[in-house]
Amino acid sequence: MVDIKLLIALVPIIPLIGFLLVSLNVKRFVPGVTSVIACGSVFASFVIALALFIILLTSPEGTQLEVTLFNWISAGGFSASFSFLVDPLSSLMLLIITGVGFLIHVYSIGYMHGDEGYNRFFSYLNLFVFFMLLLVMGSNYLLMFVGWEGVGLCSYLLIGFWFKNQDYNDAANKAFIMNRIGDLGLIIGVVLIFVNFGSLQYVDVFAKATSADSSVITLITVLLFIGAMGKSAQIPLYTWLPDAMAGPTPVSALIHAATMVTAGIYMVARNNVLYSLSPVALDLVLYTGLITALFAATIAIAQNDIKKVLAYSTVSQLGLMFVALGLGAYATGIFHMATHAFFKALLFLGAGSVIHALHHEQDIRKMGGLRKHLPITFLTFLIGVLAISGIPPFAGFFSKDEILASAFEHSYLVWGLAAFASLLTSFYMFRLLFLTFYGAPRAGEYAMSHIHESPYSITIPLIALAILSFAGGFMGVPEALGGSHWLSEFLSPVFAESASLIEHHHLDHATEYALMGTIVVLTFVMIGVAYAIYVSKQTIPAPEDAHLGVVHKTIYKKYFIDEIYQTIIVKPLYWLSHAFDIFIEKLGIDRIVNGLGGSVEEGSKTFRLLQSGSIGFYIFAMVIGIIVLLTLTVLI
Amino acid sequence: MIPIDYYLWLAAALFTIGVLGVLFRRNAIIIFMCIELMLNAVNLVMVAFSTYLNDAAGQVFVFFIMAVAAAEVAVGLAILIVMYRNTQTTDINVLNRLKW
Repeated sequence: MVDIKLLIALVPIIPLIGFLLVSLNVKRFVPGVTSVIACGSVFASFVIALALFIILLTSPEGTQLEVTLFNWISAGGFSASFSFLVDPLSSLMLLIITGVGFLIHVYSIGYMHGDEGYNRFFSYLNLFVFFMLLLVMGSNYLLMFVGWEGVGLCSYLLIGFWFKNQDYNDAANKAFIMNRIGDLGLIIGVVLIFVNFGSLQYVDVFAKATSADSSVITLITVLLFIGAMGKSAQIPLYTWLPDAMAGPTPVSALIHAATMVTAGIYMVARNNVLYSLSPVALDLVLYTGLITALFAATIAIAQNDIKKVLAYSTVSQLGLMFVALGLGAYATGIFHMATHAFFKALLFLGAGSVIHALHHEQDIRKMGGLRKHLPITFLTFLIGVLAISGIPPFAGFFSKDEILASAFEHSYLVWGLAAFASLLTSFYMFRLLFLTFYGAPRAGEYAMSHIHESPYSITIPLIALAILSFAGGFMGVPEALGGSHWLSEFLSPVFAESASLIEHHHLDHATEYALMGTIVVLTFVMIGVAYAIYVSKQTIPAPEDAHLGVVHKTIYKKYFIDEIYQTIIVKPLYWLSHAFDIFIEKLGIDRIVNGLGGSVEEGSKTFRLLQSGSIGFYIFAMVIGIIVLLTLTVLI
Repeated sequence: MIPIDYYLWLAAALFTIGVLGVLFRRNAIIIFMCIELMLNAVNLVMVAFSTYLNDAAGQVFVFFIMAVAAAEVAVGLAILIVMYRNTQTTDINVLNRLKW
């Protein structure tokens, strides 16, 4: 029997070794070696994660595997250990990160083929996996924070991967800076936790939480949620995510759809005890998620960049997950996160395959009719679209239905808005599908004659993810449909304490059937509308310079949010910096520093005249000096 | 026995003569001798107190000072010879080029 502690430690360490190997040999390794090391390290982690998962499954309920590697920081009353925690929640995250991560690594072999930064790309990917594992495995806030910042760094590096394009660098900066705003909230939250609970270990904090002052808990949870807003792209800090599509497509799939952006979800779910104690924070989570879900879904309807549509869809889906968390249905949020990781990664990779086939064309107005040319991409993409739209029995149906059911328990308004957002999702996803794969080809003749299905390294991950997108929902079949909801059973030890704090009245089966039926029927209506507009009528979105109606234009321009931020935050900041530059830097600090330097120089010019060369004077001065000193000693 | 005051007054007079000599004479050899005078004034004080307080430590110090003074004379006279070879004089005010 291998030591479990060693196994746990190996999960993040193997990708770290992969990163070190590749990054230290960037100039030396040929692509083949890099691919084997990078993919192999993530695959090894996946195997170990699977083993840990099985160990957890077979152990009695409530088992937590914890391993302390070393005492990390110890200063005065503060101490933090470098320790990992594997419980059902982090075990599930581990499987998603390493499993989906491995598929995306394999996909990258084909997608990044021939890129001059091939080795650099894989080293960043491995580093990302390492930090993401650290984030979910850390058993205290500090270690989570290290992972949190680490994935932010990798996100920055990978968005700006093609750094010769200044727009991409700007996008990377934007992502990093926006995340910093959120991180500030997180840092303050963590410090407050330490000040109030005297420890950063999850176990200690949760144990003391119930007896703590409720206003303190509210403050902490709201601050932590600000961190989640940044990382998981919620209003008002979401605008970095659509811009982050500047990175290579596998990055969008891995970091900006499946894993990193769900860090906020994980964090809230991990702190479910704290959130359950604070109804205010829960409401904040709920309504932020709800507004974001609606808002982003409407924007996605009018976008013409295949990746931008998916990006806004991700923002919207993350919003739905926060709705679930805000309703106290933590397991549901995690469920949707898992299924979303499957189908959104699939959709991004499918989009990447299309982009690859069309030689880096991302505008859906220049696609169309690709169904016959890219059969595997089309089929897998279709499965992804069906899954995200919530067509039974695909994965999205179960998780989305569960969120909507929880919302229905809470209030009709929340249910209505969430259902509307989810219907918009199916509309814009089918719009995307129809515009890309149906109708007459709109790509140039050259592109169409060179079109080809992607290599196996791309199609195989697509197929694997398509299977997961199809079957992923079966881990949470609700009781109404004759299932036992394995996932929420599995996760129940993590959320046990919250379950006792938040009341859940269960809907009877008839209501659940009615809800499911309504949503599915309306979804089909939406698909029909999309079909009528984009296939029967062959409508093509207006070109860039066309005159649009006010509403259409507002949506197309993303409600001018970027412009508003530019005007009310960025410009005043630049202006303020400029003012500081002139008044404080140039007139203040520069003057003080230059004045000090100048006075020393002037003083030296004067005093050096004492150095006259006359020895008699030196001796005289010395004697006078000694006399003065002696007199002073005698007098004082 | 001669009172300690006498020794102190004599030493002070010798020391002052040394200081004034260093200050006002320009011949390097005389300045050098004045420095020796100051050292010996100090030696005198030490010996006087050594006897007065019945403590041999003062006399030990005097031996040290004498040894150092001898070494100093060796170096100082060598410098003087070099100075004379270069400038044909022992006037210290000739050596005034080491300045800003």
